[in-house]
Amino acid sequence: MRSLKLIIQREYLARVRNKTFIVMTFLSPVILVGMFALIAYLSMLNSSEQHIIGLHDETGLFLKEFQDDENLQYLNFSDKSLDEAKKIVRENEYYGLIHIPSADNNYDLTGEVEFFGEESPGLGTVQNIEKIISNKLQRNELIQRGIDVDQIDSAKTSVDVEIQNFSGETTSKMANYLRMFFGGAAGYLLMMFIIIYGNMVMRSVIEEKTNRIIEIIVSSVKPIQLMLGKVIGTSLAGITQFTVWVILGGILYTIAGFYFGVDLINAQPGQIEVEQLNVPEVNQLVADVLNLPILSLIIYFLIYFLGGYFLYSAIYASIGAAVDSETDTQQFMLPVIIPLMLGIYIGFFAVIENPHGTVSTIFSMIPLTSPIVMLMRIPFGVPWWEISLSILILLCTNTAVVWLAAKIYRVGILMYGKKASYKEIYKWLKY
Amino acid sequence: MENLLVAENIYKRFGSYTALNNVSITIPKGSVFGLLGPNGAGKTTFIRIINQITMPDEGKVYLDGKPLHPEDIRHIGYLPEERGLYKSMKVGEQALYLARLKGLSKAEAKERLQYWFEKLEITGWWDKKIQELSKGMAQKVQFVITVLHNPKLLIFDEPFSGFDPVNANIIKREILELKEKGATILFSTHRMESVEELCDYMALINKSNKLLDGKVSEIKKEYKSNTFEVGLESENEAALLAELQEKFKVGKAQFKSINDDLKVSIQLQPHENPNDLIQYLLSKARINHFVEVIPSVNDIFIKTVTHNA
Repeated sequence: MRSLKLIIQREYLARVRNKTFIVMTFLSPVILVGMFALIAYLSMLNSSEQHIIGLHDETGLFLKEFQDDENLQYLNFSDKSLDEAKKIVRENEYYGLIHIPSADNNYDLTGEVEFFGEESPGLGTVQNIEKIISNKLQRNELIQRGIDVDQIDSAKTSVDVEIQNFSGETTSKMANYLRMFFGGAAGYLLMMFIIIYGNMVMRSVIEEKTNRIIEIIVSSVKPIQLMLGKVIGTSLAGITQFTVWVILGGILYTIAGFYFGVDLINAQPGQIEVEQLNVPEVNQLVADVLNLPILSLIIYFLIYFLGGYFLYSAIYASIGAAVDSETDTQQFMLPVIIPLMLGIYIGFFAVIENPHGTVSTIFSMIPLTSPIVMLMRIPFGVPWWEISLSILILLCTNTAVVWLAAKIYRVGILMYGKKASYKEIYKWLKY
Repeated sequence: MENLLVAENIYKRFGSYTALNNVSITIPKGSVFGLLGPNGAGKTTFIRIINQITMPDEGKVYLDGKPLHPEDIRHIGYLPEERGLYKSMKVGEQALYLARLKGLSKAEAKERLQYWFEKLEITGWWDKKIQELSKGMAQKVQFVITVLHNPKLLIFDEPFSGFDPVNANIIKREILELKEKGATILFSTHRMESVEELCDYMALINKSNKLLDGKVSEIKKEYKSNTFEVGLESENEAALLAELQEKFKVGKAQFKSINDDLKVSIQLQPHENPNDLIQYLLSKARINHFVEVIPSVNDIFIKTVTHNA
């Protein structure tokens, strides 16, 4: 135990004192927040720009439908000929020209509307134009068939389904987004952690091999102690780095938001538009957050985080032991990356679609994907026995994999110049 | 004499390959023991078994009369053939870490490090990183780390490879001094000549098998062939040579001499006495040189290996 502590200490200090590590620790949040600020700033610039679009409406029906807004301004050139209108638009470098030809009936128009422009217009602009025209056409068609359009308008209702569970607690739809957010963030975080720090474990094993210090060390401590010390020390360094990122990132985020006067929160895509919520809904949202089983979420998060990280970094460590240099690791990386990717994809597609479906359930049991998939499922409420089973499988696999990895590690670290293959490694397991 | 290390009937296989085949070795306390053999003979595997880096498939190892125990690594100092240090770690910090892994307390380790650093005149290196040191300098540090915890048994695998002659001499001196202080030393090498001057005992390993072992002087006695090199000064060397060839088994001899005389080697029958030879030669010529041919370890090695092949 004393040796393990010493090893953990050394590994931790070796990581934390590394110059690249220090630079990345402090630079990453700066870069990230800087990027957000830049994106926010640019999208603000973008949206403040007003486009001018010319209208050439031969039918005269649609002029009133195209209303100026903060992004678009429409100019009417219907009294000029089409060629003249085009010329004006081009000379003034307007955004484009909409041409609506005259037609005998509404249906003739459907494929005839044209847009002229120097560059092809944004998808949103085109959709908007199409919507305006087709709405108008639809209304005209309805009127022509003798249907009272006003009555249809007044008959339109908005439905807001209220979701309740069987014990009668109301949850808002927002709560589902929240669950997705928490689960997704946890799964994604775990994947990033495994890739970054698993690689670090691997590199440090390779370093010991290439430095030829390994034999000096294993004559003092057991290889498995060294391996565990490495994994634990590196993960502690990782936690330190993550903590710095979160704190520094948070501070910078606030400062940047304050300084630029940019509402960074609102600049993020897929944001929840808080200002559109009314007070009861905000209260509901707060209640939803509080309603999530925070404590058990944290506990499960820790279990799966540690379980998943240990599983993968043991594999990373044995890969490091099997090869002589980092360039040789490629052939062994696939079995590590594929389950990680699979976990994330299943999480973002299957789990969000149906958290308790067959695919989600199965992959939350398979140990290599379960940490990610289960973490994403848990906020949606998973029966306790499923979680227990999944954790049990994960722990058993962990023990087995750490044991196997330690065997590969023990043999591999003392093998120099031998090209490791899967076959070779299989042989090592039997030594 | 008491034995410090006894290895009995060690077998080690890697898959279908046998690395050690029934190897038994006994190392007396306070001796310098040479483990000899060509590359790939199984020396390093044997040493790793003593260091408990690998476990034998069969056989037992005793240290000081007791079966080898994981705690015993504290009594062993090992300088592996493949040796290195953390490149980006400072010398002092690194030495402290490795000493503490061997069970020394921080204060104790620091004190002994200071002693050794002063002894080898490397005090100024404490805050240097290994990557700033030359290979020979790094090896000095490794040597200190190996001996720092005052082990009973010191194991050096090819210790002199990579050392320049000056440093090799310093290390040789230190090793002999450690022996004086009571340490037992195990050398593993394929360079036979380095054994001649240092080792009291030796064992020969070839292709996983132990071929012979014992006291170096006794092995040499056993392998000597009652052969003598002589330098003779005579007026008629050709006639003398013809006469000698008739009476004895005569071979060519190569030794340095200031005299321009007849140089031959004469092999006597096992029962014959060299005194009789001298008497005979005295009557024929002037003897400038008369030396018994003692086989070198290298000769013994080649002889044994070819004999057993």
